[in-house]
Amino acid sequence: MRTRLFFGGAAATVVAGYAATWAVGNEYYLYAGYTVLQYVALATAWNLLGGYAGYVNFGAAGFFAAGTYAAVALEKATGWPLPALLPAAAAVGGLLGLGAGYLTLRLRGVYFAIATLALAIVLETTMANWDYVGGAAGAFVVRPREAPLFASYIAWLFWLMLVIAVFSVCVARTVETSRLGRGLGAIRGDERAAESAGVPTLRLKLIATTLSGALMALAGAPLVYYTSYVDPPSAFNLEYAVNAVAMPMIGGTMTWAGPVVGAVLLGALQQAATVTVSSELNLLIVGAVLIAFVIAAPEGIVGLARRLLARRR
Amino acid sequence: MSELLLGALVSGVLLGGFYAAVTLGLTLVFGYLNIVNIAHPAFLVIGAYVAFACNGAFGLDPILVGFLAMPAFFVVGVAVYSVYNWCFERREDESLRGLAFFFGLMFIVEVALILGFGVDYRMVAAPWIGETLTVGGLELPLRMAIPFAASMALAGGLWLFLTRSFTGRAIRAVAEDALALRLVAADPVRIRRLAFGIGIASAGLAGALLVVIGPVDPAMGRLYIGRVFAIVVLGGMGSLGGTVCAALLLGVAESLTATFSGPSWAPAVAFGFLLFALAARPSGLFGR
Repeated sequence: MRTRLFFGGAAATVVAGYAATWAVGNEYYLYAGYTVLQYVALATAWNLLGGYAGYVNFGAAGFFAAGTYAAVALEKATGWPLPALLPAAAAVGGLLGLGAGYLTLRLRGVYFAIATLALAIVLETTMANWDYVGGAAGAFVVRPREAPLFASYIAWLFWLMLVIAVFSVCVARTVETSRLGRGLGAIRGDERAAESAGVPTLRLKLIATTLSGALMALAGAPLVYYTSYVDPPSAFNLEYAVNAVAMPMIGGTMTWAGPVVGAVLLGALQQAATVTVSSELNLLIVGAVLIAFVIAAPEGIVGLARRLLARRR
Repeated sequence: MSELLLGALVSGVLLGGFYAAVTLGLTLVFGYLNIVNIAHPAFLVIGAYVAFACNGAFGLDPILVGFLAMPAFFVVGVAVYSVYNWCFERREDESLRGLAFFFGLMFIVEVALILGFGVDYRMVAAPWIGETLTVGGLELPLRMAIPFAASMALAGGLWLFLTRSFTGRAIRAVAEDALALRLVAADPVRIRRLAFGIGIASAGLAGALLVVIGPVDPAMGRLYIGRVFAIVVLGGMGSLGGTVCAALLLGVAESLTATFSGPSWAPAVAFGFLLFALAARPSGLFGR
């Protein structure tokens, strides 16, 4: 019943989002909304591994940009339209995730976190030296002037990102309620104990890293159509990495709702700060809010709300 | 060709010596205390800006500023550790949340520096920067050789402190077994606080060396995260000698890469090194 309600709500969100692209008059809201939704997708993807299994990935920007560059390279090679590029970007991200997953074979806890950070920088240097996708100078993609069925191209991008975000959340919830989710929870609790209790830890970890990497890359794939230009520093921006960690932690890492709440709140706050104050302040806000939350409310907004509700009952 | 190789080797060794100064503090903090301070390079960059500010305002020698600022960095380190201990270690909730704490700290430092000094590259001036020493046909630019010497002094000082002094041996004891330390009526938290302070103080000094070697900008710390952790892990997690050897190795590897395949590949060397180290030999080249 609850599952049916959830997927009904997800479908309704997608439809409502389509209606909203026609209703919104000011295109700025679509641009800002795209960014927030992109963070919803990224934070949800991060949480699959970071929240459920307890493996911190500091290299979210690397997976995200891998999706962007996969789309750029494939577009250059084939000239396919954006929707056709998405599965390829996800596949590249998934393969990278699988590789990172094999690292977890030997690396537990902090070593995995440091290794992912390293992976992102190796990827960034590789892209900066790969001339086919523009190298350090960056790559342009001429974005179509308009999209069929949509008011403008940005309306189409907004809706596409909404679909990606909703899809990611659906995947996260499915994982959460399945045997896979419970197995990952056991790994988070005590990996060795889980293993001796018969949980196939390696297989579960590989599935989680692959899924997480694929979804992050999916979130990054449309980026070049949004900005029409990418270079390694903008695609591998550390803002993505820090937000991917901060948003689930602020929202709450135990449920699918946590990253969504964190991404919407923090994403909207950052959009407001960029417009009204300065873009440097973005990172300051993220850093300060992250520290405040890990100190004062380790279970995040969702956990906090649950505790308050439980007390009232 | 052989001259080019020799030059690359020499500058690699000098660079590696500097990396040792950057990393030694983290060897204490991560290797001995098991605290994953990913904000370590942020303190390095603060040190660089302190040297830059004092050099610009009073014309002080940057290296001198580096040594003079160490007590202040020690105090900052003690304060940071106290917060960390109060918020995370006591609740025994340090792994994930503690990591996020340092991650957030890193961003706050970076933005504070951007707001204070802007995003431009900054450098220092001293009469000896730009001079070159020639020893037996080898050219040693003082810009690299003096930081190398300062770094070796730091390594030697730390080694003497950890092996000879009572407190230093207590720090090594707390790394081995904190409970046993409590049994002989020493307070492990106090000793850890001290060690963390020393780690940050050495990062402050290394920052002064950083700004001597080349211009700095607020985001520079990010490049060093991979380097310092690669060196600590390769050096065997908590061995001063191992740290110095791993740092020299990385310096030479980077210098050779920059000479023979172009400087744009240099950042990948450190991280490739790290990935290799983590995947192939997590206990380090000089592991215990």
